[in-house]
Amino acid sequence: MPIHIIDRRLNPGGKSLENRQRFLRRAKSLVQGAVKKTSQERDIKDVLEGGEVTIPLDGMHEPRFRREGGTRDMVLPGNKKFIEGDYLQRSGQGSAKDSGPGEGDSEDAFRFVLSRDEFVDLFLDDLELPDLAKRKIAQTESEGIQRAGYTTSGSPANISVSRTVKLALARRIALKRPRKEEIEELEAAIAACTDEDERTELLAQLEALKAKSKRIPFIDPLDIRYRRFETVPKPVAQAVMFCLMDVSGSMSEHMKDLAKRFYMLLYVFLKRRYKHVEIVFIRHTDRAEEVDEQTFFYGPASGGTLVSSALQAMHEIVRERFNPSDWNIYAAQASDGDNSYSDGELTGLLLTEKILPVCQFFAYLEVGESGGSAFDLSDSSLWTLYERLRNSGAPLSMRKVSERSEIFPVFHDLFQRRETAQEKAAP
Amino acid sequence: MTGRLFEGADWDFHTLQRITDACEEVALKDLGLDVYPNQIEVITAEQMLDAYSSVGMPLFYKHWSFGKQFAYHEASYRKGLMGLAYEIVINSSPCISYLMEENTATMQTLVIAHAAFGHNHFFKNNYLFKQWTDAEGILDYLDFAKNYVMQCEERYGRIEVERTLDAAHALMSHGIDRYPGKKTLDLRAEEKRAGRRRQHEEEVFNDLWRTVPAGKSKTRSALSIERRRKLLGLPQENLLYFLEKSAPRLAPWQRELLRIVRHIAQYFYPQSQTKVMNEGTATYVHYRIMTALHQQGRITDGNFLEFLGSHTNVVFQPEFDDPRFSGFNPYALGFAVMQDIERIVTNPEDEDREWFPDIAGKNDVMGVLRDVWANYRDESFIAQFLSPRLMRHFRMFHLHDDPEERAGIRVDAIHDDRGFRRVRRELARQHDVGYIDANIEVVDVDLSGDRRLILHHHVIKGSQLNETDAKRVLQHLADLWTYDVSLIEVDANDKVLREYVVSPRPIPAAVA
Repeated sequence: MPIHIIDRRLNPGGKSLENRQRFLRRAKSLVQGAVKKTSQERDIKDVLEGGEVTIPLDGMHEPRFRREGGTRDMVLPGNKKFIEGDYLQRSGQGSAKDSGPGEGDSEDAFRFVLSRDEFVDLFLDDLELPDLAKRKIAQTESEGIQRAGYTTSGSPANISVSRTVKLALARRIALKRPRKEEIEELEAAIAACTDEDERTELLAQLEALKAKSKRIPFIDPLDIRYRRFETVPKPVAQAVMFCLMDVSGSMSEHMKDLAKRFYMLLYVFLKRRYKHVEIVFIRHTDRAEEVDEQTFFYGPASGGTLVSSALQAMHEIVRERFNPSDWNIYAAQASDGDNSYSDGELTGLLLTEKILPVCQFFAYLEVGESGGSAFDLSDSSLWTLYERLRNSGAPLSMRKVSERSEIFPVFHDLFQRRETAQEKAAP
Repeated sequence: MTGRLFEGADWDFHTLQRITDACEEVALKDLGLDVYPNQIEVITAEQMLDAYSSVGMPLFYKHWSFGKQFAYHEASYRKGLMGLAYEIVINSSPCISYLMEENTATMQTLVIAHAAFGHNHFFKNNYLFKQWTDAEGILDYLDFAKNYVMQCEERYGRIEVERTLDAAHALMSHGIDRYPGKKTLDLRAEEKRAGRRRQHEEEVFNDLWRTVPAGKSKTRSALSIERRRKLLGLPQENLLYFLEKSAPRLAPWQRELLRIVRHIAQYFYPQSQTKVMNEGTATYVHYRIMTALHQQGRITDGNFLEFLGSHTNVVFQPEFDDPRFSGFNPYALGFAVMQDIERIVTNPEDEDREWFPDIAGKNDVMGVLRDVWANYRDESFIAQFLSPRLMRHFRMFHLHDDPEERAGIRVDAIHDDRGFRRVRRELARQHDVGYIDANIEVVDVDLSGDRRLILHHHVIKGSQLNETDAKRVLQHLADLWTYDVSLIEVDANDKVLREYVVSPRPIPAAVA
């Protein structure tokens, strides 16, 4: 009997991928809930590593007719001391272990592992960049160059040697240009030839061949080809994210932590949309400076508070390094809301005249102490100022946050899909 | 005798070939097995997980529930909670055995003997498999099913198809013919039939018919109950079959999907009825083959010890108070009974002569076993061949748990003279699918009224349906039937214990 032995190990993997995607699609809302829940427990950095999530099994349950209860009979192995007619205590432990079918093997939660991409996708799935950003992306296109075949005219620098030689070879073969070896052979024959008549004849042949090879050039201008390039519009695929933060003495570690979490989310979000994301950290007291991340979050600083200094610094950096036509600019400002009274007007002016016109999105996050009911009492000076600006039509997003757990909902709220956002705005 | 098959743990494809040839020699000559041609495929762990999630089949239609399976298995495998099977074998011709690449040479030998000869022989010869499965056609049929589902998704939308399949899956355990019908299954013909039907529909399609005025409908009252039941083929316990044939508003493709799910359920039906026998046969065969190879000197003592290690793990039966206990291990029980048959046939005691007069001392072990393998299923196998000696060996006892009984769970019988027959009968019953699955059948349709579909659940020993699940399954059933469905639970005295009524959901707009 013939036996076939087949090595299947090299078959393409991922046979179950399609089914897995269907499962995720179906369980989307459940998985998303689980992802959000997990993400609140973890550090934001770790969140992006994907990993195990647990969803309630109930949501993906496949029902069957199952029987339960009633009188049960079972045959078990391992009798040690029972004799017919004994009674075993039901609730008692030990001897009368309840081991009927259907018990203990049902799990109420379903655990499985998500890949990093799946996790981030689900994490950010119902979020979208604001409309403004989209319009900008469509407009701010730059020209890119890409290869587009060959052409018969062009600059010498663009000659395609291989294509040219190929065409020349084809032409030489087609026109039967004598090859070098043929001529050499003939010459050798002439040299070896003794008979005068034959020699004359061979010489004539040689002449004809030589003339032919002169007539048919090795490379003809007809053969020459140039590489052709085309310019294509290329959407801008880079973004810069400005993190502005007040680091004056009134900002506590807790507040900075809140801000940090928000920045991280924004970074992840941008990273998913843009190939290249730069981050600029600007911290300010009554002066602003561009710093590295470590200093930004942990470096000590003290002084008064002038928000306009940070905006001015951002404006200068944008002008120097990030041309708005090449870069999508996002900014998020975190502050406890303090600003010196005299600075209000300048801040407002900078924001509306300089910053907002070049920004895709500007978010202001007012952070407060944990358990911060203080927000309800009165609005801070910065909040009042920004609110006034927003009411007069400036595209500002602003939220207040005082608890770690609020960060994600607030972020969500800021970037939720357009339709729902508009609905909310309508009434 | 030729020399060693392999040395150490490493193997390559030549080794596999030699192993298979050696196993085949023992299987065919010494054991007289009759097998389908073998096809042996080496796979990776990931491919094994893939196979797990499509009920072991090499190809299957796409459905989210398989993705769920995969995610679940993958998670527990990665965490180390679950080892993977050494092999998977498919009841098809040629008989395909998947071997894991991680197996050592000894394990590959064991697995080839187990799957490619043990299971293979059982698939080919057991009457249930002969009756209900079509080994020649199954792979082609699955291919057809996969493509058909895919085409339906293209034509009618993924969500529609998914909804139909969800409903069909919920009813899958009740989509089985339990009694042999007029004809055996021919899956190749199935595939052609579906194609012809669609072609016919396309050929005879004429939009004119839609505009022809309908005649007066027949008076329904003329249909007597008896005639109606006969027309609808009632009572009917194959719910999927009933829906496929009689559900009033299903599209032809939906009927075909129900038919596919029904056929696949039917294909697996013998497996659920012969778990003990099937595994017992395969274990017995691998044990015999490995021992023979060892005796012939074709595997070393060390390799044989490795084999014995795995073998004892496989046939380990924890006792009821062991934390590892989860019911009878079909490998252990099946193997023990078969070895016991061998003992009875060759070396019977008086007790055996009394209990098994037909086979005791017959001396033709393989003849008897081949007959057993061909003509029994778990329930009848245990009822016939579980010997008192084995009951003593396992120290079996029978518990009767009546919730009404205050004193607790009664020990009804133990492994003594008074108890042997009762213990055996009860264990056989535990392996009877007729007893395990809920007995639900369609009894009537209210044709003159609101077209309500009426089902009965015949409650045995007071064990009723789980309420949440029952409601959900009935919801699926109602969605397919498109009118109200009621399920009545009745006990042996026709007393109504409980009634469910479920209305179909309106077909929702596409839910993303």
